[in-house]
Amino acid sequence: MKILVPIKRVVDYNVKVRVKSDNTDVDLSNLKMSINPFCEIAVEEAVRLKEAGVATEVVVVSIGEKACQEQIRTALALGADRGIQIETSEKVQPLSVAKLLHKVVEEEQPQIVLLGKQTIDGDNNQTGQMLAALAGMPQGTFASEVKVDGDKVQVTREVDGGLVTVELNLPAVVTTDLRLNEPRYASLPNIMKAKRKPIVVKTPEELGVEITTNLEVLKVESPASRSAGVMVESVDQLIEKLRNEAKVI
Amino acid sequence: MTILVIAEHDNASLKADTHKVVAAATQIGGDITVLVAGSNCGDAAQTAAKLAGVAKVIVADNAAYEHQLAENLGLLVADLGKDYSHILAAASTTGKNFLPRSAALLDVAQISDIIRVDAPDTFARPFYAGNAIATVKSSDSIKVITVRTSAFDSVEETGSAEVVAIDAAHDAGISSYVGGEMTVSERPELGSASIIISGGRGMQNGDNFKLLEDVADKLGAGVGASRAAVDAGFVPNDMQVGQTGKIVAPDLYIAVGISGAIQHLAGMKDSKVIVAINKDPEAPIFQVADYGLEADLFDAVPELSSKL
Repeated sequence: MKILVPIKRVVDYNVKVRVKSDNTDVDLSNLKMSINPFCEIAVEEAVRLKEAGVATEVVVVSIGEKACQEQIRTALALGADRGIQIETSEKVQPLSVAKLLHKVVEEEQPQIVLLGKQTIDGDNNQTGQMLAALAGMPQGTFASEVKVDGDKVQVTREVDGGLVTVELNLPAVVTTDLRLNEPRYASLPNIMKAKRKPIVVKTPEELGVEITTNLEVLKVESPASRSAGVMVESVDQLIEKLRNEAKVI
Repeated sequence: MTILVIAEHDNASLKADTHKVVAAATQIGGDITVLVAGSNCGDAAQTAAKLAGVAKVIVADNAAYEHQLAENLGLLVADLGKDYSHILAAASTTGKNFLPRSAALLDVAQISDIIRVDAPDTFARPFYAGNAIATVKSSDSIKVITVRTSAFDSVEETGSAEVVAIDAAHDAGISSYVGGEMTVSERPELGSASIIISGGRGMQNGDNFKLLEDVADKLGAGVGASRAAVDAGFVPNDMQVGQTGKIVAPDLYIAVGISGAIQHLAGMKDSKVIVAINKDPEAPIFQVADYGLEADLFDAVPELSSKL
């Protein structure tokens, strides 16, 4: 069984971004970039499925400029077998991402597409679901457990009220939540080995996908900031303030 | 303009999220139709008909929609939605699950998590964990939108819309519901609670959350947790408040033993009043708190509970 893992290069989760002074975008210059944390969990899960003998090959795909090969190499060092980079300098919105990935799915014919539930830059939480719709596949979103059983996969999903388990026909799309697994650290020998694993570069034109932008960003602003209030000395004073000053209890 | 709002419900009753999505729809302006898709969901539909501003309720009552499976619901919404200018759902785990599917089937973008309506085609949404707010303009013929419900006030139940049943049964036949483990609680849900008390890693274990529950019961509050407390296994994931958990904006948010990581702040910083109780005076949570109490939570929380 082949697993396809789409990943994205994003600003590192430890970095707090700032809005540019001209309000056109956030300022990403000279910031540390990493593999999106949910994507890293997806890579880890795919590699575990391979180690368990369920999967035979893990293919990683990323869309972006050449720099995203760095994140593909990271995934290869974690245990993925080969990479595909879809070269573009455009900011690709989720629907176009899903269309590009759909073409890769048609070429690669994976049984499972495993990807992060959202990226920590766009926070859209759309790509996996859109890809599943375009490919006519079922979806198990926000997964905290994935069990492959013959030609089906059972996915336990983290939902607002608790947990829900669904059974999906393969091929299927699975998107990862935080508690699916804890990704490993790549060992030095594996990092060295990853340098020799193949990465194929394709273009949106070769895949026959026109990248469209249906959402125009008019401006980007900082959120209203909150300033620190007062320190209270005791529980009594806290209750007094909440009752008489804030009037919330 | 014609707006289709997809109701959030558990078949038996309509969830308060729907009241808030209708509020967002009202700000866009136009004829508002609510779709209640489920199985034996008549009661939820009757409540939907009372929402102020709603002109019509469509009920799709079929076993295929009982568990809100995205494969089936996505088809139904794409099918009905092509006749509307806007399709709105809550940015809940249900809305986030099926709505992008419908958008892709309609070949339009989705605008996720809107917090403000500027014009019928222009909306504000947070990204980068709420560290930036983008104002975006859609050029799609159908605007498909999820609404961050904490950013809108509920509409009243003062209306009386007509209720129309439709004969629809979109069963994609590629997925099925196996089972669920839903948290049963007498306390209000985090999404609708006006007061929330949350615990972090400082709680040390799950049993100590009893301390917070005592306070919650006195205040009629919901109980939440930070990602650290959930990852440590103290409490289940559905209690998590934060960027990747629930986004809340209650009147009062009490953070106990929570340091205040960016991840957590993204989920609660729009609360009206924030209280922080922490023994570390350097904890970042104090920088956003209206009232800070530097104290050992194991002294302060029982005292708070006894004095309320």
